[in-house]
Amino acid sequence: MESIKDKVAIIGMGCSKFGERWDSDAQDLLVEACYEAFEDAGIESKDIQAAWFGTTGLATGQPLAHAIKTEYIPITRVENACATATDAMMNACHAVAAKVYDLVLVAGVEKLKDSGVGYLTGGGGQPSSQTGAPVPPPAQFALAANRYFHDYSLSYEEGKKILGMIDVKNHRNGALNPKAHFQREITLEQAINAPMMAFPLGLYDCCGVSDGSAAAIITRPELARNFRDDYILAKGFGLAVGGQQGMLRDYYDFTHFDETINAGRMAYEAAGIKNPRKEVSMAEVHDCFSITELIIYEDMQWSPRGRAKEDIESGFFTLEGGLPVNTDGGLKCFGHPIGASGIRMIYEMYLQLQGKAGPRQVKNPKFAVTHNLGGTPGSFTCAVSIWGCRD
Amino acid sequence: MAGIVSYGAWVPRFRLGKETAGWGMPIEKAVANYDEDSITMAVAAGMDCMTGFDRDAVDGLFFATTTSPYIEKQGAATVAAAVDLGKNIVTSDATNSLRASTLAMRSALDAIKAGSARQVMVTAADTRSGPPGSDLFQAAGDGAAALLFGDKGVIANVLGSHSISEEVIDLWRAEGDTQVRTWEDRFVYDTGYLKLLPEAVSGLMQKMKITPKDITKAAFYGPTARRHGEMARLLGLDPKTQVVNPLFDQMGNTGAAYALMLLIEALEEAKPGDKILLANYGDGADAFLLEVTSEITKLPPRRGLKGYLASKRILRNAGIAGTWKGARGGGLSGGPPSISARWRERDEIDRLHAGKCLSCGLIQFPQQRVCSRCHTKDQWETVRLSDKKGKIFTFSLDNVAGGIDIPLAITVINFDGGGRGIFMLTDREVEEVKCDAPIEMTFRKLRSSGGMHNYYWKPMPVRA
Repeated sequence: MESIKDKVAIIGMGCSKFGERWDSDAQDLLVEACYEAFEDAGIESKDIQAAWFGTTGLATGQPLAHAIKTEYIPITRVENACATATDAMMNACHAVAAKVYDLVLVAGVEKLKDSGVGYLTGGGGQPSSQTGAPVPPPAQFALAANRYFHDYSLSYEEGKKILGMIDVKNHRNGALNPKAHFQREITLEQAINAPMMAFPLGLYDCCGVSDGSAAAIITRPELARNFRDDYILAKGFGLAVGGQQGMLRDYYDFTHFDETINAGRMAYEAAGIKNPRKEVSMAEVHDCFSITELIIYEDMQWSPRGRAKEDIESGFFTLEGGLPVNTDGGLKCFGHPIGASGIRMIYEMYLQLQGKAGPRQVKNPKFAVTHNLGGTPGSFTCAVSIWGCRD
Repeated sequence: MAGIVSYGAWVPRFRLGKETAGWGMPIEKAVANYDEDSITMAVAAGMDCMTGFDRDAVDGLFFATTTSPYIEKQGAATVAAAVDLGKNIVTSDATNSLRASTLAMRSALDAIKAGSARQVMVTAADTRSGPPGSDLFQAAGDGAAALLFGDKGVIANVLGSHSISEEVIDLWRAEGDTQVRTWEDRFVYDTGYLKLLPEAVSGLMQKMKITPKDITKAAFYGPTARRHGEMARLLGLDPKTQVVNPLFDQMGNTGAAYALMLLIEALEEAKPGDKILLANYGDGADAFLLEVTSEITKLPPRRGLKGYLASKRILRNAGIAGTWKGARGGGLSGGPPSISARWRERDEIDRLHAGKCLSCGLIQFPQQRVCSRCHTKDQWETVRLSDKKGKIFTFSLDNVAGGIDIPLAITVINFDGGGRGIFMLTDREVEEVKCDAPIEMTFRKLRSSGGMHNYYWKPMPVRA
């Protein structure tokens, strides 16, 4: 087995405005993101040799072909819950590293606002016995929150405070981002006292639903120089798929996610990162819920197990801290169109590594991490990617 | 001689009572939760009845009710599956009359005497109601009883019985009626209840050559407290010493289950040698004479009527009970099940069967093909989780999941002895929902959709 490190480069990216895009369908959003990427890379759609297409709501690669009018090229449609887009990127990178294709498009899209529902419902339409407990996403992650508070002896007030601080941070970052769905700061009081969705998670602890699309153009590093100087390089990927271990093993504790731990380790090993807390410059993580982001801090080896509270309270993960997380507002404020989110995260890390993140800019970034998590505590799909500048 | 080998009962946790706003009566009545019905209550009584007994010897299960959730689909098959009885048994429903329970009892006894069954369980449950303001509306309560009949280890022999049939339409319901209809009160009582039940008892006493003073305790159906008191006098019994408390102020008249629940009350107070009169009414009347044996002192302890009656929660307002009765469809949104999927998963769903890996010992629910821990394939032993207690490992209280039980309490349960599952918590107060809180399992209805009732197990706070 070989590492993917430094074998794939991103030479262009695009990202639509995320939010309530009533006047845009999936095709419109794909055109917005892909054409921005084409322009950024200096190419046209006819130059694309193959594409990987991430979406949970649409079937086959045809919607992408239809949107950008490719002519009978190979398009693989990927679905892996919330890890969809990162999974699509990873597989596209494998094809490029294997030299099967020279110029590949990775695009993700989700049109969620036509459903008429304002929060993640979890979907699921397979015929079944219908005896499973209805556990929509807020309730799923509340299971982790309640056990975390219990195991680490956090009172309700203490727990709500640290969750609230994560919400405040992401809202502050989102307010600096013109493409974000929500661009409004909130106070800690507002976060703590918000209406309860699934105890103890309130309105601001939960990401909403958004429409959006994001795209990337990738090639090999030796070809990347022909397109631009400030391309970024893939340093590592991780993909860890759970199989219900947490529900079948009555000794799973609900306060950590093995899938994140495993995907993180895979990616760190490929990238040669030995001390994640010190070496990772910044990260985009899957803050579908505030508690999820908190547990990710520990699972990705940035905070010691059980001690994320200290780092949250010291501001370690804010823009000014030692490891800024979700500099673009995260899922919470940028939005979470499922099939696009992984690529949107890479988009922000791309801008950051190029020094183009404006008021959100992190100083001297070296390694950028993205993390996506789909599923429910007890069984997740987790995808991690790591990026860096060229030497 | 054939008789009762074991008994079980179920009284719903929630009661209308003095503190209930909008109730206005100084009595308590049992009210089934929104997710309970006659089938779920019969299962609860059946599980209680099986405490300390082997399921292998039970050759039949009868389900008696006037409020079956189905017009066509056997309730007894569902009850037998949920109680986790065997496959090679006779299941049968007895419906359409308040006497369904005692008629089922007759059939059970006849089967045992004929040698065609070793043990037969009779379950009876009802959720009857009458028009607001009526006698029945005030007196009716929800509940269930289960009696296991056999001829070995008998705690109360059935010495004899007498039945009469009478064609009189004094109370009735036709398809689509949710409330019982009756003819004029005076007629109903004079030609029905007050005439026929004493006739059956009189026929029994002649057969058995006994008189009222030979009866230690009498357990008999009564539509209201007043009529029940009147009947005691008509039967020549001393209401202070010879009649079990009819519980109109604690539970209410539980329809087809009522006479059997009063019988269980008598058994719970009985001593060896006691003679118990059981009488029931509906389109005629049944009367039985039982004699308690010394085996009763060896009966493994169970909750029974006493235990479930004492474990109660008074509803805050009467409107809640109204909403629950209206939501007999289970209260959850969602579609009908795929019948083939549900059938395939029936052991896991109806019987709450988990699997214990024979190689590493980890109990996993539902049972897998390949063990999650040691990856051994197809080496399993069945474990029943429905009669295990457990603890809430973690929980969520969901305000957006829908349904009528808001917030919806979802709990990850770790069972005593091993195994874990995720379920909706029922019969709960929000303040009680905490990590490590103790629970036990109860069979409930999830939803009704497409005319089908979808049942499953839920944890509930332990009924102390």
